[in-house]
Amino acid sequence: MPGRPITGQLAEIPGPQKAQIFPSAEVAISLIKKASRPLFVIGSESINVVTADGKLVDTSIRLLKNPKITLVATGHLVAEFKKRKENRVFSMQLMNLGDRLRDPNWGGFDGKGPYDLIVFAGFPYYLEWLVLSGLKSFAMKLRTISLDRTYQPNAAWSIGYMIEKEWKEVIEQIVKTLEEGG
Amino acid sequence: MPKRELKLKIDELALPVGRFKGLEIEIDRIVSDDWEEPMGPTPWPSVSTFRDWDRTLLSRYKPFYMPDCDLCCLCTFGKCDLTGDKRGACGINMASQQSRIVLLACCIGASTHTAHARHMLDHLIEEFGKDAPLDVAINTNVEAPNIRLVCGIRPKTLRDLEDALDYVETQLVQLVAATHTGQEGDNIDFESKAFHAGMLDHVALEVADIEQIATLGMPKGVADTPTTDLGIGSIDPKKAVILCIGHNVLPSIDIIDYLMENDLFGEVEVGGLCCTAHDNSRYNKRAKIIGPISWQLRFIRTGIPDLVVVDEQCLRTDIIEEAKKIGAPVIATSEKSMLGLPNRTNDDPGNVVNDLVTGKIPGVLIINPRKVGEVAVKTVMKVHGNRKSFMPLTIEAISEQAKKCRNCMECVRACPNNLPIMDAVKAAANGDIEPLGALYPLCVGCGRCESACPVGFSLISFFNKGAEKKIQNEKFPIRVGRGAITDVEIREVGSPIVFGEIPGVIAMVGCANYPAGGNDVAKISEEFLNRRFIVVASGCSAMNIAMTRDEEGLNLYQKFPGNFDAGGLVNVGSCVANSHITGAAIKIANIFAKRPLRGNYEEIADYIHNRVGAVGVAWGAMSQKAASIAAGCWRLGIPVVVGPHGAKYRRMLLGRKENVENWKVFNARDGKEVYVGPVPEHLFYAAETMEEAIVMIAKLTMRPNDTNKGRAVKLSHYIDLHQKYYNTMPDDLHFYVRRLQDIPFTMRDEVTKALQDKSWVEDEIASPDPTLLDRMVRRRE
Repeated sequence: MPGRPITGQLAEIPGPQKAQIFPSAEVAISLIKKASRPLFVIGSESINVVTADGKLVDTSIRLLKNPKITLVATGHLVAEFKKRKENRVFSMQLMNLGDRLRDPNWGGFDGKGPYDLIVFAGFPYYLEWLVLSGLKSFAMKLRTISLDRTYQPNAAWSIGYMIEKEWKEVIEQIVKTLEEGG
Repeated sequence: MPKRELKLKIDELALPVGRFKGLEIEIDRIVSDDWEEPMGPTPWPSVSTFRDWDRTLLSRYKPFYMPDCDLCCLCTFGKCDLTGDKRGACGINMASQQSRIVLLACCIGASTHTAHARHMLDHLIEEFGKDAPLDVAINTNVEAPNIRLVCGIRPKTLRDLEDALDYVETQLVQLVAATHTGQEGDNIDFESKAFHAGMLDHVALEVADIEQIATLGMPKGVADTPTTDLGIGSIDPKKAVILCIGHNVLPSIDIIDYLMENDLFGEVEVGGLCCTAHDNSRYNKRAKIIGPISWQLRFIRTGIPDLVVVDEQCLRTDIIEEAKKIGAPVIATSEKSMLGLPNRTNDDPGNVVNDLVTGKIPGVLIINPRKVGEVAVKTVMKVHGNRKSFMPLTIEAISEQAKKCRNCMECVRACPNNLPIMDAVKAAANGDIEPLGALYPLCVGCGRCESACPVGFSLISFFNKGAEKKIQNEKFPIRVGRGAITDVEIREVGSPIVFGEIPGVIAMVGCANYPAGGNDVAKISEEFLNRRFIVVASGCSAMNIAMTRDEEGLNLYQKFPGNFDAGGLVNVGSCVANSHITGAAIKIANIFAKRPLRGNYEEIADYIHNRVGAVGVAWGAMSQKAASIAAGCWRLGIPVVVGPHGAKYRRMLLGRKENVENWKVFNARDGKEVYVGPVPEHLFYAAETMEEAIVMIAKLTMRPNDTNKGRAVKLSHYIDLHQKYYNTMPDDLHFYVRRLQDIPFTMRDEVTKALQDKSWVEDEIASPDPTLLDRMVRRRE
């Protein structure tokens, strides 16, 4: 920590308003803890991203120990959670989700109102870039975080680029703290 | 359309009423209208004619913008930062800027097809005369549904197509003008204009395809068209090989003619990439299809082609550099893509051939197709066997080079799909080239990895070497493009499609910018073919559909028939043949439902949107042309699904299924506004994964008009696919089941339980005679 502002694709040049890079895992944890309704959005690449638990999809399940956290799987990823006997994960396609996240009147999966922090992980780089860009301009009050291993400038906060080993450690630290209710 | 055909000038005329001096009479086009169908309300529509219709659709399917860039740099005030609620120096905001870019993309696409159609039309009129008849398809009276619908004319000859193109060109200028600084400012009006561009595009597409079908002897709507070979392995490198790339078939036709006239097909191989390949094979099945547009680099790097002939659209603009690497000369044939080459159109063919063969010049521009035929064939026969500059890579050479890899990851970051190129190169450094070969089917062939590599590795060539055996076996049969769907076919399937018993028409179209290789296109197609949907294919997608085999060695073209019926796999042809897909939807409204077609766009679009379960799928959509083709579907109310790269079009058109107010229609029987559920849910949608796309496609085939039986069939596929790929029941069935009879019989228990969980009430969702147009209400209560 901290990561570097290196984007996942060469030509994805940040615009004038770009993500801050977390100076430390603690800052990421603190931001997530402060949110009253955080939503973790887990993408289709999470079955390919290797973590200490196996794959990112496995690591994300640990977050559900924290009752404050809502987890949604995009694409057809919910099938992977079902394979792992995990039924508490919501499923919504990324375009549908992005469309609702920009709507301040969307009630969320539980009908209790909009989420105040959206945390993305496990996406094809360009797709996450685009959806975050949509939210940056059309859901300006929404705070967004990217936990992926390369810099996502359209988020409000990004881990930035890290070598794989460092990134795994940071993810482990964040997830461990959150699952323990911290 | 106004065209002065008669000008009478009389110096002096004495009549009983008086004496006239210097009398001039001009008569515009003399039209003999023997079409008994009365003119509809909107012939030759202007930019604003369908604004209300567009706004109706866009209030249901609201744009979700995902800016690919936060800036506008189109004028010298800029760059302007438009992030969030900022405005540019001209006052434009982010939403309007994004829709402006969408409009620009659609205008570029539509202009490209229109210019293509115009170039061919001028040439074909020169060759065949203005009065050449438009005999386009067997068993067919409605020869040009898009032109009839939009323009209100029934084209009978090539001359009539000029009128349609005149109109399209005039409208396109208006649309491009709207994108100038300080013109349109409202994002929804920009969107409406993009729809207009799309509608115009399908007119131009139709012109382009029916003119070539009518004059060049291409298949006329027959289901069992001839089969040709597809794939790099289908090309015989022992022969002299001409590679034709692009979309405009005219120069290639003359190459084929020259070969036929001189009985040289035994010595020369003609292979094509992209839509020129489709149309070559429609002209003569001995012409082979090498593959989709993204095969350009990989095929040239095999060193097989002896000559490259380019026409227009989707070409690699560095084609001369690439051809030079293998010692193959280039012939450019279009004013749209002259590539800096000397114009040798008027030179003696012998001199041109000599200059190309000796390498004095790397290529030439020849605008005359007939001369292209002669020069190309004579050149390739002399070049073949005498090229010296191409040295195929060896495994040892790759291993040696790979040791110089700097581990910088630039290749991975340059790759649109972030393929693990660097790891594969590192493996090659240790003598293992299998990982390089594994990238071959996933690579989209853009070559950005090579541009980024600081060492200068020829990575596409590396992949080729890794997949050498696979490439040699890359040979598949494909039915050549058949062109239109016939009126007789429409009569037979109109009812089961409209009532939902044929669950849907899935159009697999577009380019080859796939997220995980072209096999996904075949997988999507097979899923729906096995379920007795009609699958229509065109362009690069029609090629990729051919490129898989089952355990018995058969591909989808061998397993499924080519007729437009349940379980049929219909290759209509090249990009311009996409007009037959919208044309089929239009003809269902006209032929099956007897809705008047002539200049009656809104009513027909309303019919299609509410009744015809068609879905466009452009899994690898890349180009501006794909954008305009999609836009033509949107205005007809046909949903389009794209792959994840399609999100880079930066705007989706998404419905919100939970908002009841968005899903109301008029019941044409009594004028009441009723809730029909979110069908179809979206108009333009990017799926993250193939599996997501398959489930969404099935869902998007539902329409308000479905009968109970039809809805049950559609729901059974949606539920079954959801269970297959999501491993769960859908959680939104309460939006789609209108009454108990809609529930698929074999799924009754689980669906009933799912509905109970959502407090579903029978008949809350109506089954009216649906229309979004107030004027279509027949009686009011």
